[in-house]
Amino acid sequence: MATTPETTTEVGHNGGHSPVFPPFDPSTFGPQLLWLAIIFGLLYLLMSRIALPRVEGILDARRAAHEGDLNEAARLRAETESAIASFEKALADAHAHAEDIGKQTRDRLNAEIIKKRAAFDAELTANLDAEEHTIAENQAKAMANVGEIASEATLAIVRQLSGITPGAGEAAAVVGRVLKN
Amino acid sequence: MAAEGGIDPIHQFVIAPMFHIGPLPVTNSAVFMIAVLAVASFIMIFGTSPRALVPGRLQSLGEVAYEFVASTVRGSAGQDGMRFFPMVFSLFMFVLLSNLIGIIPYTFTVTSHIIVTFALAALVILTVIIYGFYRNGMHFLHLFVPSGVSPVLLPLLVLIEVISFISRPISLSVRLFANMLAGHITLKVFGGFVTMLLASGTWAVILAPLPFAMTVALTALELLVAFLQAYVFAILTCVYLNDAIHPGH
Repeated sequence: MATTPETTTEVGHNGGHSPVFPPFDPSTFGPQLLWLAIIFGLLYLLMSRIALPRVEGILDARRAAHEGDLNEAARLRAETESAIASFEKALADAHAHAEDIGKQTRDRLNAEIIKKRAAFDAELTANLDAEEHTIAENQAKAMANVGEIASEATLAIVRQLSGITPGAGEAAAVVGRVLKN
Repeated sequence: MAAEGGIDPIHQFVIAPMFHIGPLPVTNSAVFMIAVLAVASFIMIFGTSPRALVPGRLQSLGEVAYEFVASTVRGSAGQDGMRFFPMVFSLFMFVLLSNLIGIIPYTFTVTSHIIVTFALAALVILTVIIYGFYRNGMHFLHLFVPSGVSPVLLPLLVLIEVISFISRPISLSVRLFANMLAGHITLKVFGGFVTMLLASGTWAVILAPLPFAMTVALTALELLVAFLQAYVFAILTCVYLNDAIHPGH
């Protein structure tokens, strides 16, 4: 130590001190070592028996609390997600149900319409048939009368022209032959 | 010294009994060791007594100290080194608080005495030696035998390893002692310049703020040194303990 010579001169003026640099004064070593052993031993005991296990406990408890909180948060999130999923499922079900009802109603109405239309069609066809039948009947009647009228007309024409009155059957036969052609 | 008007920068290191408990003299050194113990217990035992999940200031301080030393031990000596955690923690707190309390004016710095730092270093080295042999048996001596060296060089290298091992307690203790001693002497010298300039009664009085500013700056530096030396002491302890746990090179 560079300060040592300076020190020895200094303490020369200072009679209260031992004549050596204080940190190198062997007379103080014993008491210092004794006190150091007592105090450091106490410090070690207090730290290792009380303080450090306690701090370790605090840190462990905090870590456990953090982990517990994180787990709780994860659990709540999973719960929320499952709630959202079930809500979405219910929504989808409701949609499907609504569509189902709509489809059923549509189908029912369609079927009704088809049925009504079919009934109407059938009625219409029946009426049409009946009308056609009547027309055909009337036509046939008319056609049957045509021959009669024609033979009467022929009879009248022949009588007017020739003054001969042919037999009714002869006229009818001629008319029938002409009509056939 | 008062007669000379100067200031003795060594006087602060003098050990003297302050009072007696029966026949046992209680020196200033002992008083400040007790102060260190009291402050350490205050932080680490009283401070952590709330055991709060959300710590207050004092509990935070205790937790920070714990985690700082624990990560130092884990980083330098591994998980196996944690069995020495209470010892390293006690050493760190003792050195740190001795250094910090010593910066306060009119106090005594316990770690400015070589016998104290040497006793602490000897404690570390004895722990290393005893635990090294206890755990590894004769294999602990492999610490001194570097592997993969030619037989010609081996005796020389073993000699170097042995010398470096023996010098460890010396360097560990002298580093801390010399830092504290030199820092406090420097502070005292610059503080003395202030009073000498003020007492000179000449125009030199106007220069007094210069050493005063220096004293302030040095005090800040000494705060850093106080922490750094405690940290260095703790981390070297961990490194040496690591040798006892894993002696192979």
